[in-house]
Amino acid sequence: MADNKSKKRRVRDSRPWWDTFPWWGVIVLALLGWMAWQISFNSNYELAWDRIWPGLRVTIRATFQSFGIALVIGLLVGMGQLSKNVFLRNIARTYVEIIRGIPILPLIFVVALILVPQVSDVINLTINFEMRATVTLSIIYGAYMAEIFRGGIQSVPPGQSEAGRSLGLSRRQTMNSVVLPQAMRAIIPPLGNDFIAILKDTSLLSVLGVLEITQRARQFSASTFKFREGYFVVAFIYLLLTLSLSVLLSVLERRMTRDRQGER
Amino acid sequence: MISARGLTKTFNRTIHAVKNVDLEVDAGEVVVIVGPSGSGKSTVLRCLNLLEIPTEGEVIVDGFDLTDPSTDIDSVRTEVGMVFQQFNLFPHLTVLENITLALKKVRGKNKKEAIEIAMEQLTRVGIPEKAESFPRQLSGGQQQRVAIARSLAMNPKIMLFDEPTSALDPEMVKEVLDVMLKLAADGMTMVVVTHEMGFAKAAADRLVFIDEGEIVEVGLPEEIFNNPTHQRTKDFFAKILY
Repeated sequence: MADNKSKKRRVRDSRPWWDTFPWWGVIVLALLGWMAWQISFNSNYELAWDRIWPGLRVTIRATFQSFGIALVIGLLVGMGQLSKNVFLRNIARTYVEIIRGIPILPLIFVVALILVPQVSDVINLTINFEMRATVTLSIIYGAYMAEIFRGGIQSVPPGQSEAGRSLGLSRRQTMNSVVLPQAMRAIIPPLGNDFIAILKDTSLLSVLGVLEITQRARQFSASTFKFREGYFVVAFIYLLLTLSLSVLLSVLERRMTRDRQGER
Repeated sequence: MISARGLTKTFNRTIHAVKNVDLEVDAGEVVVIVGPSGSGKSTVLRCLNLLEIPTEGEVIVDGFDLTDPSTDIDSVRTEVGMVFQQFNLFPHLTVLENITLALKKVRGKNKKEAIEIAMEQLTRVGIPEKAESFPRQLSGGQQQRVAIARSLAMNPKIMLFDEPTSALDPEMVKEVLDVMLKLAADGMTMVVVTHEMGFAKAAADRLVFIDEGEIVEVGLPEEIFNNPTHQRTKDFFAKILY
């Protein structure tokens, strides 16, 4: 005991504050602050801002619409993949495999410029480009979400549905009251990530000339030759949106982890 | 009450888990199934409420032929309680909600009635004070007693137990077995797969020894313990009794 002080021992104190401090947050906030300052006090940036931010409405509308439709497709296709019906199961699987295998950009062209016109010829209905692109994003993220739902449902141990069925609950009752509520814990975090990903991918609507923020930035830069100002502003808007969303998400996740430990 | 004839279960067309098993269980009888691991005893039990669909044979429970496609399996299952090795409580629900779920959804009880029945059963298994807890907050023994209460709340005619004490720490085995003994004394029809020979001795009307998917020997527990007639039975008890 006496030579405790002199001898080096493999013991560990808790980590010092500077080791655990979220420095990245300071850097990000500084960056955002600097961007905001530029936009507020530099007239070129101000000009870009005024031209670009009206597109935010389109960006946000497309994000929510795509996410909503994708959620429905994802749940249906995800359950379809787990269906007992051979036909349903294989249709669902085919859909997921094909859509996941094509990059978003070419798929937007295929859907918006080939498939939608063909369908609208038949049913005699004109669909604007924003809607076409939104539908494409929904189809793509529907396939991604189908995998999330399938994985979430499969993450619930089979003993849970056996217990439900043993009590006389029907398949549907067991799914709704026992399996899905537990699957949600595995489903919600990746769904949140997909929401952020959709928000970013609405920038691809610009290739169809839809006037969301990226397209407005392109137009502004091309007509004024102020590329730095235009793209800086659009990057700032995306960053602001995605960062606030991910903060929201981590709060949600923390709340769910607490539930999982059974505290109230 | 239960009548299985020529019960056979084959997995993937190659693994013969259960071969041509005949099993009759009368009302009020306690039948204990023992056997080496992988012998098919759990599979036999799971065929009795169709968690496993038999490959061949017939299973008649409470007068209903389970292998007849027109039988409403959900309604038969409400009369057959099942207790699992891993408890399988619903972790997202409180103890009370675990028990009331099926009462409300299947038995159509209102909230007040369901809670009343749930508390009655929780008292029966000795832990009414845990009603508002979540399963994670309970010990293994308490969780298994809640699982038993959850099954009993449906007022079943038959209770199936699939190694109910095998996942428990040693000091918690007794509290669960005590509940089961009480249940047996109350006249419940029970089929129990277990390695607890003490329970078999105390409660079983009949002991069934299964090995390699076949029933090797049936009889009173004392008889089989003391004078096993088959070599396989002798080998098994020689390994587990000391």
